Amino acid sequence: MATLGRACLLLALGICLYGIAASIYGARSGQRAWVDSGRRAIYALAGVLTLAFAVLEAAFLRSDFGFDTVAGHSSLSTPLFYKAAAAWSSQEGSLLLWAWLLSLWSSLVLFLTRRRLRDVTPYASAVLLGFGGFFTALMVFYATPFATHSPAPADGAGLTPLLRHPSMMIHPPMLYSGYTLATIPLAFAVGALITGRLDAEWLGAIRRFALASWLFLGIGILLGARWSYAELGWGGYWGWDPVENASLMPWLTGTALLHSIQIQEKRGMLKVWNVSLVLATGTLAIMGTFLVRSGVLSSIHAFGASTLGVPFVVLIGSLIAASVGLVLARRQLLRSQHRLDSLVSREAVFVANNVVLVGLCFVIFWGTYFPLISEAVTGSKASVGPPWFDQYTVPLALVLVLLSGIGPVIAWRRATVANARRNFLLPALAALVALAALAGAGLASRPGALAMFCCAAFVVAAVAQEFWRGVRARMAMARGSAPAALVALVGRNRRRYGGYIIHVGIAVLFVGVAASSSFRHESEVSLRPGQSTHVGAYDVRYVKPSAHLGEDPARTGAVLDIGAVLDVTRHGKHVTTLTPTRGYYDSNDPSQGSVGHFIGGEPVSHVGLSAGPLRDFWSAIEPNLSTADLQRYVSVGNRTIPFVRPDEGLTVIALMARRYLQHPSPAQFHFLASPLVTWIWLGGLIVFGGGLIALWPSPAVVRRRLRSPYPARLPQGLGRPESA
Amino acid sequence: MDPGRKRRLRLFTALAAALVLASALIYTSFTAASPARSPSQLLASAQPGQSYQLTGKVVAGSIQRQGQVLDFRVRDRNGPSSVAVHYAGTVPDPFRAGREVIVSVRRQGGSFVGERDSLVTKCPSKFSTAPRPNR
Repeated sequence: MATLGRACLLLALGICLYGIAASIYGARSGQRAWVDSGRRAIYALAGVLTLAFAVLEAAFLRSDFGFDTVAGHSSLSTPLFYKAAAAWSSQEGSLLLWAWLLSLWSSLVLFLTRRRLRDVTPYASAVLLGFGGFFTALMVFYATPFATHSPAPADGAGLTPLLRHPSMMIHPPMLYSGYTLATIPLAFAVGALITGRLDAEWLGAIRRFALASWLFLGIGILLGARWSYAELGWGGYWGWDPVENASLMPWLTGTALLHSIQIQEKRGMLKVWNVSLVLATGTLAIMGTFLVRSGVLSSIHAFGASTLGVPFVVLIGSLIAASVGLVLARRQLLRSQHRLDSLVSREAVFVANNVVLVGLCFVIFWGTYFPLISEAVTGSKASVGPPWFDQYTVPLALVLVLLSGIGPVIAWRRATVANARRNFLLPALAALVALAALAGAGLASRPGALAMFCCAAFVVAAVAQEFWRGVRARMAMARGSAPAALVALVGRNRRRYGGYIIHVGIAVLFVGVAASSSFRHESEVSLRPGQSTHVGAYDVRYVKPSAHLGEDPARTGAVLDIGAVLDVTRHGKHVTTLTPTRGYYDSNDPSQGSVGHFIGGEPVSHVGLSAGPLRDFWSAIEPNLSTADLQRYVSVGNRTIPFVRPDEGLTVIALMARRYLQHPSPAQFHFLASPLVTWIWLGGLIVFGGGLIALWPSPAVVRRRLRSPYPARLPQGLGRPESA
Repeated sequence: MDPGRKRRLRLFTALAAALVLASALIYTSFTAASPARSPSQLLASAQPGQSYQLTGKVVAGSIQRQGQVLDFRVRDRNGPSSVAVHYAGTVPDPFRAGREVIVSVRRQGGSFVGERDSLVTKCPSKFSTAPRPNR
């Protein structure tokens, strides 16, 4: 099987090299047969990498520890779901996932554009195959997922327990889909720049892929945040870590692009800006992939092989040099057809939105890479912390949310006083009412959060007003019910109203961030059973300890779960019962002894969480298993029980757990009472829903495609005559 | 006003604003940054009151919790030099002996006091391979 996998990678590399040559030769010579062959090379690449990925997945599911990757990242005791997902927890497997997703998305875009943009697609194919070839070459020469050894060990090391969370299993495919989709607009931009076909058509072809990239990246980021909140035992969801920032930067430039594309489509403006944003987003996606593999920056995340750094630096340097060169060479063709008529117009608001988004990206880029910058300038590595990031990102986020309310209601070209009065009165009133109500409720002590709540109220009111006006107009035209008018309105203008829904989702998400970071109560305390503590308005009582042997409630494969039963009350009334636990996993490390290895792996918190629309109560426990009383079980067991009797070893662990239940030592607890955390996930879901609506093809487009699949599109593709 | 002049004025204003903001960004990043130091570097040159980002590995057997306070030693990644850290605040799950940590510290006498909630532990969540069992 491993030989088949290696053969697939070699074949994939050959396909990429052939496809690049065929595409470029076809484009230069005008021979369509070569161009078509280059496009088919992408389809072939997708087929071969699908087979390679299936081989790796099969090895994980069969627990074939002859594969180095399987032995290092899975084990017999790893639950089946996590075995399947462990394939991309390794450096090698993640590279294969990246290349595989790239080939699938590239196949999709080249299939959809097979009769369009005939000048541009050969070069886009070559660029996409270039990326495919790069990642395949990494797997062939640096980090192969199909390395084997013989004899195979009886068991593997197991998947890192921290990753055994559903969010973390879906997070990498989402993030990699976002990254790989971001290379598609980049490839088409390069093609458009080389051929000089810089009209709006290429932008139209890649717009959905840019939106899909943005959406997948957003989902990936949010799933990562959710994992951090639920799994890492610190109760936070964002820490300005370089790995987090790496995925946020292309998302920000992608957001800017999705707005500025509209100005080029409607007014023929911002061509240089748009093509630069496309190139920057694609390059930042590659940089994000590089950052987690290079080890160039200190991060809370550990990094693997740093040998991949040099090839990535070469790729990124080439991308930046080629991008700058192409844009400069085509600057005459990239001149705007119109100019900004007024600073009080939708175009101006979009430009301001772009400036803020790119400014945010620059701040994050600077802060993330500051250790390298400071080392280059002063000779000493230094880094900036979360307060530095907050100092800049908080005001910029406020402006961004406010602009997301102004954008939908301000007029194109030039807004008049009458327009402003008609469109801004209700949203401004909503913001003022929110200000008065929240200040009256005593929230004025946190002006940043208060400002965010008011901006969000402004956005929601502005969008609601747009929906209401649209529904009313449709009801007047079609004489239908309000729900029917709403469905018809959104169905006929999916991009517009999907975008409005996204704005509401972003506002809701930021309200959650502002509230949970400004008004949370936190407590770290050591408690014995029966003792209580206060967390904000809540009282928490440690009722009794708990222990589960081989019955891990979270089904993550923990051998032992030690926890607590907590009674949470507010003003004397029962609120919830929480059962935070800490999972202890088998390290599979014989040096820890025949008993010690059962609980010698990475311990992981399984938080006790009561989530509600207004407040989350979060708890984590760190039981003390290092007492001499408990450790005696391990040391005696290690001395007396042989490795070949694992059942007896587990019995000793069971006795130790029973001893803990009978004589529990004080446990360390971490409690958080955070308002509106649920709004962050809810906002993410709203954004996801709006994104799907905006992404879905409108009925008119589908009808047009179905009725005239070929003749209508033929003239668009006649960029270059076919050779016989 | 002449439209061309108006455009130039806008461009100049925008560029000036961008320059001011970029200068502020650069200035604050250099003044707010904490230099990253290993234990041996801290032992050699740490100034009292100055904040440093201590990076290194937690020394086995050095972890002691007393109520809310955690005492432990951090050593060089590839060397025996170590410093004592006195820390209060959130302790990440992956914190344990041998794990690589980053913590903001200030020198107080012979030991170093960690800033509250500044302890971060490198979590093996990205592509790190666990040692393969031999049995």
